[in-house]
Amino acid sequence: MRMKIICMVCSAIIWGSGQVINKQKLKGFIFFLVQAILIFIELSTGTFSVLAGLKEATFRNCGYFTRGLWGLITLGEIPRESSATIVYDHSIMLMASGIISTVILLLFGLVWLWNIRDAYRSRAEIEQGEKSSSVEYIKNVWKNSFEYIMITPGAILVLFIVLVPVVTSISVAFTNYNRNTIPPLNMVDWVGFQTFADIIRIPIWGGTLVKVLAWNVAWAFISVLLNYGLGLLMAVLINAKGIRFKAFWRMIYILPWAIPGLVSLLIFSLLFSRDGAFNQLLLNAGLIERAIPFLTSTNWARTTIILVNTWLGFPYFMALISGVMTSISPEIYEAVEIDGGNGWHKFKSVSFPTILTATAPILVLNITNAFNNFGAIYFLTQGGPPDPNYQMAGTTDILISWIFKLTLENRMFNYAAAISILIFLVIATVSGINLMKTRAFKED
Amino acid sequence: MKRKNNLAILKTLIARTLIYIVLIIVAIIVLYPVLWVLGSSFNPISSLARTSIIPLNPTLDNYVRLIKETSYLSWYRNTGYIALLTMFFSVLINTLTAFIFARFQFKGRKAGLLLVMIMQTFPGIMSLTALYMIALNFGMLNNLHMLVLIYVGNSIPFNVWLVKGNLMNLSRSIDEAAYIDGATKLQVFIRIILPLSLPTISFIALTSFMLPWMDFILPRFLINDMDKRTLAVGLFEMTNFSNLNPDFPAFCAGAILIAVPIGLLYGVGQKYLISGLAAGANKGE
Repeated sequence: MRMKIICMVCSAIIWGSGQVINKQKLKGFIFFLVQAILIFIELSTGTFSVLAGLKEATFRNCGYFTRGLWGLITLGEIPRESSATIVYDHSIMLMASGIISTVILLLFGLVWLWNIRDAYRSRAEIEQGEKSSSVEYIKNVWKNSFEYIMITPGAILVLFIVLVPVVTSISVAFTNYNRNTIPPLNMVDWVGFQTFADIIRIPIWGGTLVKVLAWNVAWAFISVLLNYGLGLLMAVLINAKGIRFKAFWRMIYILPWAIPGLVSLLIFSLLFSRDGAFNQLLLNAGLIERAIPFLTSTNWARTTIILVNTWLGFPYFMALISGVMTSISPEIYEAVEIDGGNGWHKFKSVSFPTILTATAPILVLNITNAFNNFGAIYFLTQGGPPDPNYQMAGTTDILISWIFKLTLENRMFNYAAAISILIFLVIATVSGINLMKTRAFKED
Repeated sequence: MKRKNNLAILKTLIARTLIYIVLIIVAIIVLYPVLWVLGSSFNPISSLARTSIIPLNPTLDNYVRLIKETSYLSWYRNTGYIALLTMFFSVLINTLTAFIFARFQFKGRKAGLLLVMIMQTFPGIMSLTALYMIALNFGMLNNLHMLVLIYVGNSIPFNVWLVKGNLMNLSRSIDEAAYIDGATKLQVFIRIILPLSLPTISFIALTSFMLPWMDFILPRFLINDMDKRTLAVGLFEMTNFSNLNPDFPAFCAGAILIAVPIGLLYGVGQKYLISGLAAGANKGE
């Protein structure tokens, strides 16, 4: 028992040393190598002059990991007051590297724990009289840890491309990082829930949030329901008895879906502009006297956006619903006919319920996607027309395009991050409920 | 009796005529913008307002100007390069990861699946600033490969659930027979799983190939060089209000040159795309 603990303690201090005591030199060496890499990164990224006592020792001059943790906690101390300042801290860079180095440290921590556990287990085996060589062990690891080795590339990508950015943005919401405190000129600080409090307390922020959110929710539901409705109608009409050239009609209607959405939206923004083709057409026909502000007055713009989005979105539902309809067996329809039902009865009691059950999860997925449909808004109106009652937003802006503007055009990063968190809470709840109802989730 | 029959025929006739009228009206609405762009791209006039759908003097001037005066070709090349890399790595990583999650029990499996699912619901735009910082941190700003990494990484959550769901519908007996014959896990993956999940692979390949052609926000944030721009950003800038000399006919030509190949690809892959999206919503049911 005592030896087991000694091995564990040794491995905890010098990685792999417990394994060496267990006479598993190769394995011990590999663990030691990992520790050496960790220490090498830390030392090689620090300033050696500090170690030699030539410079004042500060965390700023430490290696990558120590500096990262210090930066994450303090967000830096010295602003760059003039271009002559040589030593300065960039708060946001420090925060990002801090989060990245925390993640890397956690990965090393996993290896460290594994190393300690392994020292204990090997000792236990030895005490029971079993003995395995390092080579055998490594072969075993390949066989037993195949799963972990194979998911490593995917896991690392998800970690750095998805998880780290999300954690960083969440962190930004708790700082005062915006255009008034742009690093490295200013220092950014942790401010707790101040940003959220601002959004609720300052009328123009709260007011904009409520107005944008209201239009955002209306937009998500109306646009998807219109797409679904028109898609359903067209699918039913094309599949109706006695309609000829079904393939031809289907080919025409699928076109908007096949053209890249970005291209169609940019084309519509030209067609609907003040001196665009539609206005010219109506003016020439004498139907209107002045150009209609399709994209520049709130109500017109909202209507236009929804109609254009229907043009873009109905083909997908049409194709999807067509697919479901062909899977309904004709015998069920015959049964309705025998009972004296007509076309409407067939639709009401057979087609529609089947279609709805088959497509309900997709409908929910589409509503959550539409909630964040940046392109349909930004490429048509860029969120406009602007309104003085809105904080850095236009009257057709939805949350996602508002965030885009806050970030890119106005550099109000902390507010953008706080609003992102609010969106996430809404979407995660909706899709969480949706997901829990699926079979795939229940099986797991 | 005969009268009643005539009435029924008349009713069907009216119904059919009405259906045809609706079909034709919708067809016109669908086709008008498409034909308008096609016409404009061949029209010699520089003002779009006076353009006609059927050009009186068709010309290729707009296409020539597009290629000579803008960096259209290098946008096209960049986007194609990103799209091919993204497609290759998305298929590879997604199928492999999903295979592991679908077929093996290991510690952290459930936590991993749940985490990946929560991640999927984060608005992508939320990560922009952070991705910018990460790119800066690793010296990957203004680098097309950074975009590939991000596209592949972001494709994992949705696709892993999708492929996993599909694999669970494949009977395990084939795998087990192969293991008895002495096949390794990797061999089972390459020889059995990959060929059997061809429809799902086609879906992932198509969607990940198309994504870079339409994505605007990421390249807009991470790429600054004119020469490294992607098609979406380039085309958007051509029509943007801030553009002092907008060349709309050249834009129409550019739109046609991208819409035709992508449209054809959609046409070919239609079957996979529609069923794949549906399966994704059900998490591969």
